[in-house]
Amino acid sequence: MNTGIVVFPGTWSDRDCAHAVGEVLGQPARYLDHREERLDDLDLVILPGGFSYGDYLRCGAIARFAPVMEAVTDFANRGGLVLGICNGFQILQEARLLPGALLRNASCEFRCEWVNLRVEQSQSAFTLDCRPGQVLRIPISHGEGNFFADKETLETIERNGQVVFRYCAPDGRVTAESNPNGSLGNIAGIANARGNVVGLMPHPERACEELLGGSDGLAVFRSAIHALARVAV
Amino acid sequence: MTYQAEVFVTLKPVVNDPAGLTIKGGLHALGFDSVTDVRSGKYLVVTLDADDESQARARVEEMTRQLLANAVIEDYRIELQAAAEPVA
Repeated sequence: MNTGIVVFPGTWSDRDCAHAVGEVLGQPARYLDHREERLDDLDLVILPGGFSYGDYLRCGAIARFAPVMEAVTDFANRGGLVLGICNGFQILQEARLLPGALLRNASCEFRCEWVNLRVEQSQSAFTLDCRPGQVLRIPISHGEGNFFADKETLETIERNGQVVFRYCAPDGRVTAESNPNGSLGNIAGIANARGNVVGLMPHPERACEELLGGSDGLAVFRSAIHALARVAV
Repeated sequence: MTYQAEVFVTLKPVVNDPAGLTIKGGLHALGFDSVTDVRSGKYLVVTLDADDESQARARVEEMTRQLLANAVIEDYRIELQAAAEPVA
């Protein structure tokens, strides 16, 4: 799985992603400069977490206009796999590759902690290896991850099964107490209608080794490997 | 001509504003009990050159739609005036 990891000024999770994909999973991975315009060699593009362009104006608002984003948009429209993590999720929404927006956490606090995620569907390229209802333990680290969409959009993504992950209790129950940021419907991650583009606030790349506290995040990257194998067959 | 546009970007009424709520709580703590609501937002001042006021307004509208405000969550209001003095 040839993976490109986009680096904007202010991106901070690029090396964690490269470690997870390259070292832990042994897949070829390279960094993609924000000025690059060609992604022809890639199977997967990751937009990692961080504070691209200092989060000025709105999280992801400036990154969306970087030259590489035009290529990422074409890549996504051709069915290429795109994973946006944290700030990457915000960028995908600003680029209108995913619906909704991410507001400031309801608590107004930056939240950095392990959360439980219930997998809502296993059709997306990043949940193929999971079963619906499975609970993944993965950390979050953000100040603006409060998922919002207008009523109509929310109904559409729920109806289409585009909700991929919800914050939940350890036993999988979706409760108000397990929602760390005020997200509507406890939504932690969504897919586009086609399932090849997924954005989520939690950081699967930081949960790929037991040494770091857990390896549930591997399921997200392994799913992408299997999604590609399925296309190749 | 040089124009100066003030762009006020605010969260739509249906969108929660936790920062505004926190500020309201702060005002209540100071004894300003009459405060019933606070909405926070962004204030941008854009200085630009244009042939006339309508062209300036159209440009600022366009840049606000494309970048300055996110229509998913935000509303905006633009106030435009000729700049008092040329900006260096």
